Amino acid sequence: MKKLILSSLIILIGITFIGRLSYLQLFRFSSADQIYDDPAIKVVYDYPERGHIYDRNGKLLVANQPAYDVMVIPREVEPLDTLEFCDLLGIDKERFDSQLKKARVYSPRLPSVMVPQLSKRDYARLQEKMRKYKGFYIEKRSLRDYNTPAAANVLGYISEVNEWDLKQNPYYEQGELTGRTGIEKQYEEILRGRKGVKVIQKDRFNRDIGPYKNGTLDTLPKPGTELHLTLDKVLQEYGELLMNGKRGGIVAIEPESGEILAMISGPTYDPALLVGRERSRNYTRLHNDTLSKPTWDRSILAQPSPGSPFKTLNALVALQEGIITPQTTFMCYNGFYVGNKKRGCHCGGGMRTMNSGIYRSCNAYFAGTFRKFYDNYVTTDEGQDIWEKHMRSFGLGNYLGYDLPTGAPGRVPGKEYYDRVYGDNRWSSSYIISNSIGQGEVAATPIQLANMTAAIANRGWYYTPHVLKKMGGEEIADPRYTERKYTTIDPVHFEPVIRGMADVYNKGTAKWIKIPGIDIAGKTGTVENFTKIDGVRTQLTDHSVFVAFAPVDKPKIALAVYIENGYYGARYAGHIASLMIEKYLKGEITRTDLERRMLEKTLEHEYAKPYSGEEFEINEYVW
Amino acid sequence: MSGSNAVRRIDWLSVLIYLSLVLIGWVNIYSSTLEPDSSILDMGHRYGKQLIFIGVSLALIIVVMALEASFYERFASLFYVIVLVLLVGLFLFGKTIAGATSWYSLGFFNLQPSELAKTATALALAKYLSDIQTDIKRRKDQFRALLIILLPALLIIPQPDPGSALVFFALVFVLFREGLPLWYLGLALLAVLLFITTLIFGTIWVGIGLALLIALVFALKRPSVKIPLLPVVGLFLVSVVFSLSVDFVFDNVFEQRHRDRFTLWLRLEKDPDKLEEIRKTIGYNTYQSEKAIESGGFWGKGFLEGTRTKGDFVPEQDTDYIFTTVGEEWGFLGTASVTLLFTFLLLRLVHLAERQKNAFSRMYGYGVISILLIHFFINIGMVIGLLPTIGIPLPLLSYGGSSLLGFTLLLFIFLKLDANRLNEWA
Repeated sequence: MKKLILSSLIILIGITFIGRLSYLQLFRFSSADQIYDDPAIKVVYDYPERGHIYDRNGKLLVANQPAYDVMVIPREVEPLDTLEFCDLLGIDKERFDSQLKKARVYSPRLPSVMVPQLSKRDYARLQEKMRKYKGFYIEKRSLRDYNTPAAANVLGYISEVNEWDLKQNPYYEQGELTGRTGIEKQYEEILRGRKGVKVIQKDRFNRDIGPYKNGTLDTLPKPGTELHLTLDKVLQEYGELLMNGKRGGIVAIEPESGEILAMISGPTYDPALLVGRERSRNYTRLHNDTLSKPTWDRSILAQPSPGSPFKTLNALVALQEGIITPQTTFMCYNGFYVGNKKRGCHCGGGMRTMNSGIYRSCNAYFAGTFRKFYDNYVTTDEGQDIWEKHMRSFGLGNYLGYDLPTGAPGRVPGKEYYDRVYGDNRWSSSYIISNSIGQGEVAATPIQLANMTAAIANRGWYYTPHVLKKMGGEEIADPRYTERKYTTIDPVHFEPVIRGMADVYNKGTAKWIKIPGIDIAGKTGTVENFTKIDGVRTQLTDHSVFVAFAPVDKPKIALAVYIENGYYGARYAGHIASLMIEKYLKGEITRTDLERRMLEKTLEHEYAKPYSGEEFEINEYVW
Repeated sequence: MSGSNAVRRIDWLSVLIYLSLVLIGWVNIYSSTLEPDSSILDMGHRYGKQLIFIGVSLALIIVVMALEASFYERFASLFYVIVLVLLVGLFLFGKTIAGATSWYSLGFFNLQPSELAKTATALALAKYLSDIQTDIKRRKDQFRALLIILLPALLIIPQPDPGSALVFFALVFVLFREGLPLWYLGLALLAVLLFITTLIFGTIWVGIGLALLIALVFALKRPSVKIPLLPVVGLFLVSVVFSLSVDFVFDNVFEQRHRDRFTLWLRLEKDPDKLEEIRKTIGYNTYQSEKAIESGGFWGKGFLEGTRTKGDFVPEQDTDYIFTTVGEEWGFLGTASVTLLFTFLLLRLVHLAERQKNAFSRMYGYGVISILLIHFFINIGMVIGLLPTIGIPLPLLSYGGSSLLGFTLLLFIFLKLDANRLNEWA
């Protein structure tokens, strides 16, 4: 009996121990975080330099500059002279305490940033005294150094990883930098390279006692790769100057390659503002400017109605479907009738063929073409499907697929859309007649307009626009950007349309802005637009839109210019487009008066109108 | 003839387990104390010294086995007296290591008499109890037996080495085996239970709980069963008074470090931040040893691959915390094996003790079991975080010459007695 008691006690203890050991070693054990969780192991990183960025001609856009972060490992902090240290760091004690507390909450044993991005001078002052402060050390980082004040929207910026990034991607550690927008985000892993890792065995006094596992887990850093962009630094910078005081976007594409030559959003900002210690203050300032939205890339995000440039596509669709020939005529009565309601036209009136319809931008001609197109089909649905298919083949109505992390789809309405708005079978061409002149439901981003223009310039095909030209010196071979996309329009139909576009310059809506020695094909657009002021739908001054390519026969550049509230198409957008073309093709500007006017003239007074609180006039003829 | 018979009668299973544990111990001491650029036989290092102690232990085994079995009974009292003298002598000539005056410096070796005292006390207790004139039912003899146990413990406490002193109390198991009424044990258990519950819930709730428990027993008992009311009430009152005194002792007699250990063990601190703080400061040892064992997982990190062991994060890792090395480098396989080896050895010894015809051998056997069991229980219990920190070594595995020799002597005297059980020498 007593023998049993003792034996049972022994067995009970044995079982208890095995149970506890199972809990510790089988249940609580997780092999994943062993190295990083182990106080005996320290992981140190060797950061490679981030890849430089060049323009299409090998001009340097972005390089690197050193910066110094003061890091802390809270666990290792020993009592210190806080005031002296704060003085060295250039922060006050409150900030010191709150940063340290934040770091401790994040992790007592992992490094956190105490003070980011010290200047070189502060660093020199601090470096020699650093040994006194246990648990703190200086981590050298590489910040961006910009060689251009332009292209902030394309280049994007890098910033410190946040909690979310850390959770999403185990590669990153606190204090590391990652691309946030633009090229920096799109090609983050290529620009970044791969940091080297050294795993070091430590003792409990936190002394290094040699490489862990004889260095078998260590890796060498893989340097970042340099990128050549398709942008032309000169053209990009010039375009941004032209956008002075104007809101809108310019996108210029080389039609034969789909390479984006310039991608301008106005207003913009100097990319250098988002580097260094002033970064977060500047960022907040830019981000809080909700009126002009300098961080909002209008060249790829703004989705206005395309306006008259869209007429060229309607002409192409009608030709392709055999609805009209270039000789078909429509009468313009200084407008046209929808039912018994008259819609206006500024072309001067009279008989219009396709050629004069385009160069005089006759609304009646295109409304007539549009109606005739729909009348050709048994149901509107069928017509809408065919129309939609052709439009989409120009890259409209969906994300284009260029290599930047943001974008907007624009809109090419389909029958489903109108069924939703008007009800099944309860709409006809009269309901959607605005689409004939690029108003109404259709919408396109400036880059979509530029791409559409490039497709016309190429007589029926395009390459998906892109900003990356070379990666590490090698031309890109990504099939998304090196395979032609064909439109659904036969090449023969382009010639009459292009003739019309060329006549826009020769004798049409843009005849005042010819460039000596260069044949340009283009199309003006004047886009009605509305806003809500105190809940009342109010019309604002028209957007000025222009698309063009040149030279007409062997196009080197195709572009779209969109200027918010710039009034009629030739007024701002047309002038800017012609200056961009001249700059790119000739390298210099002969029409210096025009250039000066565009550089100086701002539209701030237009943008202030809706906020003035008073009645205001739109589409004023003041120059 | 008798020689070969004796060899054949040795319980080789126990010897095998003994050798396994000593070997496992050395491998882990080697891992815990290895430094770069040193050879296995480097006497400047602990693993080198331990190798010598193992050699000496093997020699000691031969001597123990060679002597007449009757020698141990005959000279039990003398051993005991010598050990007591040695313990007293420490106050005059003792060498202080890490704050405790527990060693005699013999130049090449520091002797820790408290390790020998365990064997001597077990022998003396067995001898006293097996005397024909002793009757464990008599108060006077109970008292004397208790005195034999308490005397060395009282000499060891002021060294100070309360952990080692605690071990001697395990010898009361021998008394229970030999007829000490079990309700003594019941009372002791009740006291421990009251102590713990009072610390956690406070006297008021303990009192209410006890009253409810008694009421429940009375309510549920069959009417035919009569429970005398007076002793029950008496017990209740004594319990309440005891419970009241717990708070007093805890607050006024215990030192802060003792209080902290209980605070940590029983999770008395309710603020999780403060508890975590205590865990990492006062409970640093246990925190680190738990983490190290945990990090071993099922397979362990492998021999000499324990990062926490190499980093020396767990204090005393070659002595009291040797089990963490087993845990980190050999994983659950290692820790479970060591636990099972100890369990089997103890069960085997119970079996051996019970088959003794001679009372002295049986009682001594129980003494051996008691001492090994309490070491096993407290050491591993502490290292894996089930018990508060009490610094005593893990028998046969922990580094230390006195400890290894002491446990070897303790065990093999019993194996000698067992090998000799058929001889009619008594």
